[in-house]
Amino acid sequence: MSAAIEVTDATVRYGDVLALDAVSLSLAPGRICGLLGTNGSGKSTLFKTVLGLVPADHGSVRILGHTGATARRRGLVGYVPQSEQVDWAFPVRVRDVVMMGRYGHMGRRRRARPADREAVDHALARTRLSDLADRQIGALSGGQRKRAFVARAIAQNADVLLLDEPFAGVDKRSESHISELLLQLRQEGHTLLVSTHDLAQVPALCDEAVLLQRRVIAHGDPAEVLRPETLMEAFGIHTDGRGAAWTP
Amino acid sequence: MDALTAVTEWFTVPLGFDFVRRALLISVVAGVACAVLSCWMTLVGWSLMGDAVSHAVLPGVVLSYMFGLPFAVGALVFGAGSVALIGAVNRTSRVKEDAVIGVVFTAMFALGLVLISRVPSQTDLGHILFGNVLGVSDAAIWQVLVLAGVVLTAVWYKHRDLTLYAFDPVHAHAMGINPRLLETLLLGLLSVTVVVALQAVGIILVVAMVIIPGATAYLLTDRFERMLVISAAVAAAAAVAGVFASFHMNVSTGGLIVLAQAAAFALAYLASPRHGVLWRGRTARRIRARAATG
Ligand SMILES: Nc1ncnc2c1ncn2[C@@H]1O[C@H](COP(=O)(O)OP(=O)(O)OP(=O)(O)O)[C@@H](O)[C@H]1O
Ligand SMILES: [Mg+2]
Repeated sequence: MSAAIEVTDATVRYGDVLALDAVSLSLAPGRICGLLGTNGSGKSTLFKTVLGLVPADHGSVRILGHTGATARRRGLVGYVPQSEQVDWAFPVRVRDVVMMGRYGHMGRRRRARPADREAVDHALARTRLSDLADRQIGALSGGQRKRAFVARAIAQNADVLLLDEPFAGVDKRSESHISELLLQLRQEGHTLLVSTHDLAQVPALCDEAVLLQRRVIAHGDPAEVLRPETLMEAFGIHTDGRGAAWTP
Repeated sequence: MDALTAVTEWFTVPLGFDFVRRALLISVVAGVACAVLSCWMTLVGWSLMGDAVSHAVLPGVVLSYMFGLPFAVGALVFGAGSVALIGAVNRTSRVKEDAVIGVVFTAMFALGLVLISRVPSQTDLGHILFGNVLGVSDAAIWQVLVLAGVVLTAVWYKHRDLTLYAFDPVHAHAMGINPRLLETLLLGLLSVTVVVALQAVGIILVVAMVIIPGATAYLLTDRFERMLVISAAVAAAAAVAGVFASFHMNVSTGGLIVLAQAAAFALAYLASPRHGVLWRGRTARRIRARAATG
């Protein structure tokens, strides 16, 4: 069986900035992989590379055995952006945003059919946003906003989900709710690549973890990757034994 | 004569003139086409682009007159051409986009001015720059109707994709919907609407038509579909008000249409139920008062 995500030897530069340096990563289907790294370590860039948004100088990406373009056309990839990239004042309702996840399933005019409305209602219910569905997207709390974009990905029903910091600025309750959802999605056979700064949560959520610092420093069992020695080796700094000293 | 008859006649008397009816047709059609597009312009932040395209069509209009072509042909070539040029320079140099836009449109406009000074006097610079909606030819009317029809059809067919592009181009890309194509479509439509609106208000004021109605509607609603409707309604009402008032006052029609739009914007800015400045002040005062009384 082909890997859900297969990045081979990807090097990405923004002008003079080397953001990814020969990154290779293979992720088996039906797993949750935590993507860890400091600010600026290239997590978002790796997502963009998998999405084919930034051209790699070098290297290739395959998703479930397909080229990136084919995978995208077939609706195999879903993306939950980092919140900074969203225009929260945009005049769309939560429901409209979630409906956008269905566009790949629709005809050229993107007219919603009953099946699309059902999928949207279902996704809203799963993310507990049903009561807020008619609010403007910016009229939500930070945690609710995150859930709205997770709902969009659920409505899209993509096999491979890329979530860029879904837990940033989210309280404990929303966080455990989102984790629970992600675990359910894995149960249903989706593959998830999730970047996060919250190391404490990684062992419970992730089947494996990747430590990124422009290069892949470590990839494997979360307990292994989060071992103080690995972190120390990777960054050459002292930790207090909980592996938290390097996070911002 | 009672007030009602006075009001009725304010409308019926001008309608007796053929040139007024034609001006109404052109202004409303151009206004609505621009207004619909202006909703995306507002949300994507392309106001400066609208300004650029409108000025850049000048040499195209002049050349069309020189070679006896329909004015829309030259205008479209130069409108779309300058958009492409802006994109190309932007991609291949380190100069920021607003500077590139500034360079390209002023250069195009300057070229137009130079060309005009070489053409025999039957092309009236004033009419091109400031519009002459009370004196449009049949040919111009047909060009406006056809192009506005093209814009409205394209928008009707693609509006959900365009909104997706405006809201989240990355998500569009992730679903295999090409955002570059949608961007090109939106820029193409912008070029066409600018050409449509030229006949109504002239080159200088076209940019108002692709900004003000959308910005006004944005102040009034949080729903995109409603924004389209409100924007079109504002533009249509402004066109009607502008044409009739200019008949009675004997002043620039294009100027009055844009002033009417600006008045609508001012009203929305001050008194919009949700986003109006007046209520924001009142809400803040109420909160302060409550804080003061404990
Ligand atoms: N558009 C861009 N142009 C130039 N440099 C960029 C651009 N985007 C990112 N970079 C640089 O590339 C490097 C990796 O950035 P990236 O956004 O991938 O990091 P990240 O791991 O997602 O960080 P964060 O935790 O802050 O989200 C950083 O040094 C950043 O400054
Ligand atoms: Mg990031």
